[in-house]
Amino acid sequence: MSTTEILFWFLSALALGSAIMLITARSPVHSVLALIVTFFAISGHYILLNAQFLAIVNIIVYAGAIMVLFLFVVMLMNLNASAEPKKHRTLQLAGFISGGCLFLVLVAALRNADAVNKTTELVTGQSGLIGNLGRELFKTYVIPFELSSVLFLSAMIGAVVISKKEK
Amino acid sequence: MDVLKLVWLIPLLPLVGFLINGLARNYLSKAMAGLIGSGVIFISFLLSAWVFFSLKDGQAPIHYFDFINVASLKIGFDFQVDQLSSIFLLIITGVGFLIHVYSTSYMHDEEPKNFAKYFSFLNLFVFSMLLLVLGANYLIMFIGWEGVGLCSYLLIGFWFTNNNYNNAARKAFIMNRIGDLGFLLAIFWIANKLGSVDFHTVFANAPDPNKFSTFDITGITLLLFVGATGKSAQIPLYTWLPDAMAGPTPVSALIHAATMVTAGIYMIARSNILYTMAPVTQTVVAVVGLSTAILAATIALKQNDIKKVLAYSTVSQLGYMFLGLGVGAYTGAVFHVMTHAFFKALLFLGAGSVIHAMSGEQDIRNMGGLKKYMSVTHITFLLGCLAIAGMPPFSGFFSKDEILGAAFAKNPVFYIIGVAGAMMTAFYMFRLYAMTFLGEFRGTADQQHHLHESPKAMTIPLVILAILAVVGGWIGIPEIFVHGGHRLETYLAPIFAQSNALQERNEMAQSKEIMLMAISVVAALAALLYAWNKFSRYKKSTEEEKGLGKVLENKWYVDEIYDAIIVRPVNAIAKYLNNVFERKGIDGFVNGIGRAVNYSSRQVRLLQSGQVGTYVLMMVIGILVLFIVQLFL
Amino acid sequence: MEIKYYIGLALALFCIGIVGVLTRRNAIIIFMCVELMLNAVNLLLVAFSKMHAATPMGKAFPAMVSDAQIFVFFIMVVAAAEVSVGLAIIVMMYRNTHSTDVNFLNRLKN
Repeated sequence: MSTTEILFWFLSALALGSAIMLITARSPVHSVLALIVTFFAISGHYILLNAQFLAIVNIIVYAGAIMVLFLFVVMLMNLNASAEPKKHRTLQLAGFISGGCLFLVLVAALRNADAVNKTTELVTGQSGLIGNLGRELFKTYVIPFELSSVLFLSAMIGAVVISKKEK
Repeated sequence: MDVLKLVWLIPLLPLVGFLINGLARNYLSKAMAGLIGSGVIFISFLLSAWVFFSLKDGQAPIHYFDFINVASLKIGFDFQVDQLSSIFLLIITGVGFLIHVYSTSYMHDEEPKNFAKYFSFLNLFVFSMLLLVLGANYLIMFIGWEGVGLCSYLLIGFWFTNNNYNNAARKAFIMNRIGDLGFLLAIFWIANKLGSVDFHTVFANAPDPNKFSTFDITGITLLLFVGATGKSAQIPLYTWLPDAMAGPTPVSALIHAATMVTAGIYMIARSNILYTMAPVTQTVVAVVGLSTAILAATIALKQNDIKKVLAYSTVSQLGYMFLGLGVGAYTGAVFHVMTHAFFKALLFLGAGSVIHAMSGEQDIRNMGGLKKYMSVTHITFLLGCLAIAGMPPFSGFFSKDEILGAAFAKNPVFYIIGVAGAMMTAFYMFRLYAMTFLGEFRGTADQQHHLHESPKAMTIPLVILAILAVVGGWIGIPEIFVHGGHRLETYLAPIFAQSNALQERNEMAQSKEIMLMAISVVAALAALLYAWNKFSRYKKSTEEEKGLGKVLENKWYVDEIYDAIIVRPVNAIAKYLNNVFERKGIDGFVNGIGRAVNYSSRQVRLLQSGQVGTYVLMMVIGILVLFIVQLFL
Repeated sequence: MEIKYYIGLALALFCIGIVGVLTRRNAIIIFMCVELMLNAVNLLLVAFSKMHAATPMGKAFPAMVSDAQIFVFFIMVVAAAEVSVGLAIIVMMYRNTHSTDVNFLNRLKN
């Protein structure tokens, strides 16, 4: 067991554990915090895979901006554990089972494929470095890049329009 | 100009008349409708006469177009113009024309559009009948056969507001259909054995034992005869003909005396070789014909409706024709068809004239002494009665005696019973004559006021038919009187050549033949005089018929028997099938499907709860199923 | 690490996200589970890009390898935009009904 492997398993356990906490926590604030931990775990995976740019972007954008936004909204609505009514027991069970079945089906589908035994390049690799990624972004994908700014603009306008108070 | 190129016009013109009168009936005046209706028949008559005079031997069938062309079965739309069909063409168009002219006056009380409808139906009938006799194969004949059945239904129920008339029409049609089934089965049998239904082919192959075994021929001929019993009102399918008197009198004259009911005779005469090859069927035909003749004659003895007497008389005379066919006297049967057409049409039209004068009265107990008021009708009616009674030198004598002579040659018993029937015929016809025209008038004073001779349009056809009834027999004078006098026999010889070659001609001694004729004439004359005497002094009485008289008056209760044995059970079965199978079974099934769809759709609708969570669940389950199907199945 | 471990991990996270969407009634929690699903996919994409980097073709064309990571980048872009608009909607919903229960949004009924 090399260090990378131990790290991999640890990060995986962390990610799965906090995901489970996300869906089972009573209080919404606990869920938000669990999701933040999940994002950190995933960023750890990214670093392990030497996708440095993405790791940092993940933390800054997701854990930093999006989750904070969620937290703001949760606080705004003053939600606490007792506020949420429980879903119908049968439906919950049905949802749980179908999700589980989906997992099993997909795993079983890939079980015998040869390709799943290919190795991934850990720790090393040039592709994840900021410079390389940036070069790709601004050479081949510059148009989507610019369009994403338009997307943000429209999202902002949309959000503002939606939340306007009716006169 | 070869008239054979124009033969297709003969049936086409009445068809055109039917279409014009039928489609434009709301716009045509009565004069126009009558003119078109009668005119097309007259032109067809002229063409038929031309055909008759320019006919040569050995005419091949005229092929117009391929009618049915399926696998190995080829049936063309062919016309066969030979001696037999040309005789029938003349009868149909000639007598038909006279009756059309008569109808223009008889039906003058109708509204213009009903008047035009009447003429269109009559023309359709003539068209179908012409198709029947012109066909060169059994299928075209069958088309005409069905067509005349349809027109019979339409015309019997012409005054359709009366439900009794409708029932009579329905009865006629249904009984016809029962016969038609026999005909159709025979056609199938022939087509199966031979692969063709052309007359040429069938008659050429008939004597060949490899093509037709005796069983085949007997079966085919019996089935064809079943068809004939339906159309020509023999036992057991005769009860529709008396009821068919519900139609207008000219219709009774044309369809139920002169033409449609003779279709069966024509068919058997045409297929004579088949019948000669099947002696068993011939015996059946003769026996059935004879029994029908006697049965109908007995019923006619006690009928009091002028048209019903004539109807039963028609059934009886048809029986004689079938007797003739059954003993092999094909020419005699066709001869009797011809003479019967003349005098029966004459009698019916005369009866129509009487009914017209009596303002619709048809019961002869309320008539009497009409000879003072309607001399033309009286004389012509008398001539018709003399003809039908078989008095020489009128036409009925020659044709009936030819049949009776041939019957004697086959089996003396046939002859004896035939003579008994002839006696009864003379008796009831002169009973009818005497009660109608002789003695004192027994009707109401109102009716007596209106008594008058009928207009020219009605009396002229009567006169023409009377002349034909008198002289029509002279084309068939037997050998013993004039050598070579039987012109009809020589004319029709090619048609019956095959049969005549195969069956033995019993040549009787001249003296024997004359004696047979004398016996039948004397017997009929005796009956005639007795009836004349008894009924010219008829007084109306209110006492009911008793005993045998009652049975005869009620037609041997045959209708009631049919009702009990056949009609009621069939109706009961139909009602059962309707209630159980139709309502509960099939309707239940179909409605059940509707109900099931309704129910399931209501259940499915509940899926749309509006809850997004449920929708997502369904989506996930769907994806799951898709994955499983795609990856593992 | 073979790719199968990453596939398994990403699948697990994805299915946990699905179970969360189906199980919870609070709109915000559901939204967060959707984010979780997106992230699981991101992880898998990056893993696949590194898998390709290990193959000979990947070594010859390095641009091919970074395609997946650029894709992940844009997924994040879209997720961010989506979150902002989605939360605005949730806030509006709360303002109108004073609850975040998704079962209230049953106007699609029947």
